Amino acid sequence: MSNIIVIAEVRGGSLKRPSLEAITAAQQLATASGGQVIAIACGNGIDAATSELAGTSKVIAIDGAGFANYSGDAWAKAIVEQVKANNGAAVLMAHTAMGKDLLPRVSGLLDTGVITDVVSVSCDDGTFGARKPVFGGKATMTIRATKSPFCATIRPNNFEAASGSSGEVAKVDAPSGDMLSVVKEIIAAGGGTTPLAEAKVVVAGGRGLKAPEKFKLIEELAAAFGPGVAAVGASRAVVDAGWRPHSEQVGQTGKVVSPPLYFAIGISGAIQHLAGMRTAGTIVAINKDADAPIFKVADFGIVGDAFEVVPALTKAIAEVVANR
Amino acid sequence: MDIVVCIKRVPATDTTIKIAADGKSIETTGVSFEMNAYDEFALEQALRIKEQLGTGTVTALTIGPELAQKVMRDALARGADKAVLLTTDDWIYDGAATAQTLATWLAANPCQLVLCGKQAVDSDNNQLPGNLAARLGFACITEVNKLEVADDTFTAERDIEGAREIVTCKTPAVISCNKGLNEPRYANLKGIMGAKKKPLEVSAADLPTPAMEIVSLELPPARAEGRIIGEGADAVPALIEALRNEAKVI
Ligand SMILES: Cc1cc2nc3c(=O)[nH]c(=O)nc-3n(C[C@H](O)[C@H](O)[C@H](O)COP(=O)(O)OP(=O)(O)OC[C@H]3O[C@@H](n4cnc5c(N)ncnc54)[C@H](O)[C@@H]3O)c2cc1C
Ligand SMILES: Nc1ncnc2c1ncn2[C@@H]1O[C@H](COP(=O)(O)O)[C@@H](O)[C@H]1O
Repeated sequence: MSNIIVIAEVRGGSLKRPSLEAITAAQQLATASGGQVIAIACGNGIDAATSELAGTSKVIAIDGAGFANYSGDAWAKAIVEQVKANNGAAVLMAHTAMGKDLLPRVSGLLDTGVITDVVSVSCDDGTFGARKPVFGGKATMTIRATKSPFCATIRPNNFEAASGSSGEVAKVDAPSGDMLSVVKEIIAAGGGTTPLAEAKVVVAGGRGLKAPEKFKLIEELAAAFGPGVAAVGASRAVVDAGWRPHSEQVGQTGKVVSPPLYFAIGISGAIQHLAGMRTAGTIVAINKDADAPIFKVADFGIVGDAFEVVPALTKAIAEVVANR
Repeated sequence: MDIVVCIKRVPATDTTIKIAADGKSIETTGVSFEMNAYDEFALEQALRIKEQLGTGTVTALTIGPELAQKVMRDALARGADKAVLLTTDDWIYDGAATAQTLATWLAANPCQLVLCGKQAVDSDNNQLPGNLAARLGFACITEVNKLEVADDTFTAERDIEGAREIVTCKTPAVISCNKGLNEPRYANLKGIMGAKKKPLEVSAADLPTPAMEIVSLELPPARAEGRIIGEGADAVPALIEALRNEAKVI
């Protein structure tokens, strides 16, 4: 029997939510193809995290001091052994910084390709397929795998997180030894910020904010949603101007996000910006120019001065959140 | 250090995408093509490393159509020593086939560092560097924002969710470059003139059967027509109402 493998991501001892979304995608494939969902997690001291791998039949924990720090090559090698030993017909991972680094390496070792950033998966008559945005979200491609195993990274915020019981954990000792590349240090961004790609709400600001210190308005609106809900985004114009870090840039040469709620404030809506956010659930635009292209993709728009509208909106959102 | 920079010729990012009659590719008439934006950072980094070390070579490598010669000449004009174009008429979207073909060339033409962009903005694959590194047995660091080299050791910085990661590796390595790594130079007149005398090798690519096939390419469903709720701060209550009861997102 061939199985659907999910490589789960554990960071700092905790399981990352997009891994549970990848499990949901895996469950869909397992239902269509007949295999079981097996999760593989790597790290050092990951017992607590592996017990949270809902919706799996089995969990393989490659655990030990040798895997205390991430190494794309060493982890890929150990994972590939398990994929082969467990008859992996498909290997999925979330499209996160780690997923984008690790699954291509795994696929290379398996002499196959990977379909990245997919928004849906399928299995028809044993042939795996997926849909993914291409050309910066200006088109969607449906692809069918012609080589096995099928590998795909799953875009965060596109599948529900899996729930239910987690499979029995089989422990494998993490190998220690040769690592070609290794993470030496992780420097927290500070302030417990919500990762842009995983945030439920993205509040993005553009050149209409006029000055870097005015981004305080954007930060306050994001904060009004409560801790861990909203992230701050930015247009390229303000990133290039040095007002905001590149990690916040949304768009074709920044991050592609699809949160349930997206605010574009003082952003004109250039084609490259739309590429990064047009799949958001609900888009709200605030712009003083009624003809700004952003209003063409926005569900709801307010024509007005951000300096006047945003503080009022922040207050109103804070009230909604307080009364929940 | 001998450095190979992998470069892809892609449609300009402001292209309005139209689907071709085959339903699997894009209409290319009237589309202008350019060097993939992230590959500009890779080329710039290669030139800077060569300048820093005062020795070594920079080779630009691409798989693409004959027309990709233009992008290769641009790479030479910016400062690459040599360019290699492996030709194919097909649009290559499969990272495995690309990686295998580049790996074969790199096995015959050894180098210590392969620099890539983080992602080609046509297929948005973000997979070639890792796939290639696995096939070559090279170290790999992806999406780097900072890169330092001392002797045979690289120290890179990359963004992860909510933090930054410092990663190290030794040669040989494949490293993919993110925006923000550097400010790419453009070709000046002297460079453009000089590029004409630099070697540009063109030969047919020997691409394997792809690991995946395109079923269809579609434009995303148009977003339903939205509406302007109102003007200024007075419109905020109506917006809250719409977000709450209509969109049900707050
Ligand atoms: C290769 C390439 C890649 C690119 N990639 C990206 C990308 O990934 N992401 C991205 O965002 N861009 C990208 N761009 C840039 C893009 O083309 C635009 O230049 C950029 O998005 C514009 O940013 P902006 O909307 O903040 O600024 P502007 O276009 O200057 O728009 C500012 C807006 O603010 C409004 N405004 C002004 N004052 C106020 C006020 N007081 N209150 C409310 N509204 C106000 C104005 O009406 C205007 O609509 C790319 C460009 C290229 C060439
Ligand atoms: N056809 C190609 N020829 C040369 N390099 C390529 C090609 N396709 C992708 N690359 C390199 O791989 C990087 C990542 O591309 P991709 O994985 O296709 O998104 C690009 O930025 C290029 O550096």
